[in-house]
Amino acid sequence: MEELSPFKLKVLDLLKEDARRTPALLSTLLGASEEEVKEAIAELERDHVIVKYVTVVNWGKVEEEKVYAQIEVQITPERGRGFEGIAERIYLFPQVKSVYLMSGAYDLLVEVEGRSLREVANFVSEKLSPIDSVLSTKTNFILKKYKQDGIIFEENPEDKRLLISP
Amino acid sequence: MIVNQERSTGNDNKSMSSYLATGVKNIQPSGIRKFFDLVSGNKDIITLGVGEPDFVTPWHVREACVYSLERGFTQYTSNAGMPELREEISRYLEKGFQVSYDPKDEVLVTVGGSEAIDLALRALLEPGDEILVPEPCYISYSPITSISGGIPVGIETTADNHFKLTAEDLQAKITPKSKVLILCYPSNPTGATMTYEDWLPIAKVVEENDLIVISDEIYAELTYDGTHVSFPSMPGMRDRTILVSGFSKAFAMTGWRMGYACAHPDLIGAMTKIHQYTVMCAPAMGQVAALEALRNGLGEKDRMVESYNQRRRMIVQGLCEIGLDCHEPQGAFYAFPSIKRTGLSSEEFAQRLLTEAKVAAVPGTAFGSGGEGFIRCSYATSIAQLDEALKRMGKFVEKLV
Repeated sequence: MEELSPFKLKVLDLLKEDARRTPALLSTLLGASEEEVKEAIAELERDHVIVKYVTVVNWGKVEEEKVYAQIEVQITPERGRGFEGIAERIYLFPQVKSVYLMSGAYDLLVEVEGRSLREVANFVSEKLSPIDSVLSTKTNFILKKYKQDGIIFEENPEDKRLLISP
Repeated sequence: MIVNQERSTGNDNKSMSSYLATGVKNIQPSGIRKFFDLVSGNKDIITLGVGEPDFVTPWHVREACVYSLERGFTQYTSNAGMPELREEISRYLEKGFQVSYDPKDEVLVTVGGSEAIDLALRALLEPGDEILVPEPCYISYSPITSISGGIPVGIETTADNHFKLTAEDLQAKITPKSKVLILCYPSNPTGATMTYEDWLPIAKVVEENDLIVISDEIYAELTYDGTHVSFPSMPGMRDRTILVSGFSKAFAMTGWRMGYACAHPDLIGAMTKIHQYTVMCAPAMGQVAALEALRNGLGEKDRMVESYNQRRRMIVQGLCEIGLDCHEPQGAFYAFPSIKRTGLSSEEFAQRLLTEAKVAAVPGTAFGSGGEGFIRCSYATSIAQLDEALKRMGKFVEKLV
């Protein structure tokens, strides 16, 4: 793994806060030229450090119903491939949003998004559980998201300072 | 019964002012206060008028305080402050700023840096003593001097010299009554800082004229393109300086009112006497929070400082593009651009900026002599807000010139 330069780390920090920031703004904030910023971003994209620019949506504010579940999966690792093959079989399902290999009481943590409880339940019973290597699943539905990826889903975080102060 | 006719006129509020001490009556309301009244009630304002971080105190600091309350830590501490906090302050200053103080009798924990300055002045001043204050400066130095019976003497600094104090300007204001010099670098409101070379001739004048220095270094950590040089670290200055600092700015702890003073035991001893008879000790819960900030909050502090530095670059470039000349502030979180080319006075400019562009900034005149022709813009606000404020200011200035 390559160690990133402090400059690239700062670029990443600023884009993580707001991916819409332009190279011009980043160059001002960092006291660097626009070309340096563009080059750093291009390299970060090329090296797959920046994988994608996404929008964090608070779906709780939208009428469209969405259901999230975290499924703890115990599996039997495969000879020669360990957990990789089975993880791939699972993460390729479009309803699977993330998959993590875990230490502890289970092996994979699978995060699933669906339109209803039934849809998630069907995925578990019809797709996930029947996989040969899967020994057990335990499904936990997420009731409410308070914070995701470091972003707090709070309504209008208020600036409590006075408008003018010494 | 003899009734003092001049005072006793029933419930008429006006007459009550005759009971007030002359020193207090003569103090004018601060320029910031006047402007605050203008701002309140206005809606959709973007404020660059705030002299405090836009970060909330880091959670681990708040949590340490809450936990201490849960455990019932609600008693007085020793007058000078919790010994472990004083030790931590001493270590912090030695490591960060190369100034060494004995936590036993050279460190006093106060209710904000403001109390420390008040204590220092009250401990030092005889009626009629003159206090030298480089201006523009933090709004309270002159009034608090007057309250203590001293006479504030402003030393004007200029944008041409990046608002630095010079030995010549200092020397020119010294009289036989001069006793104390109050320094505040990095400066509120100008963002000016001083280097070792800048300080050397000042230290010489201080020594030659036997002055005592109150060095308010509350913004020390917010120094960007160089290293903060603490005035008491200069040769011969340690024992004639009262170093004042606190947790408000670097650790985003304004409301906690946690500060400290460090100096020779004779000076700290005198200040502690006043402190013990007025506030007894700084609040225990605040001291616990301050201890946590020093022990585990340096990473957070560095992150906040980096963020201010980014916004500093943004606001300076933005103001210059608008056409408001702005010297590059090297410290604190204020830009102090000139508005002279608009032909308006600082107050007019700030008032019209507020009503016409909905951006609040503070007229430079609020900070004393040398502030006319400038406004103070705090960049302790989000990048998005800064961007919008600069756009609004750009349109406003375009109309004027």
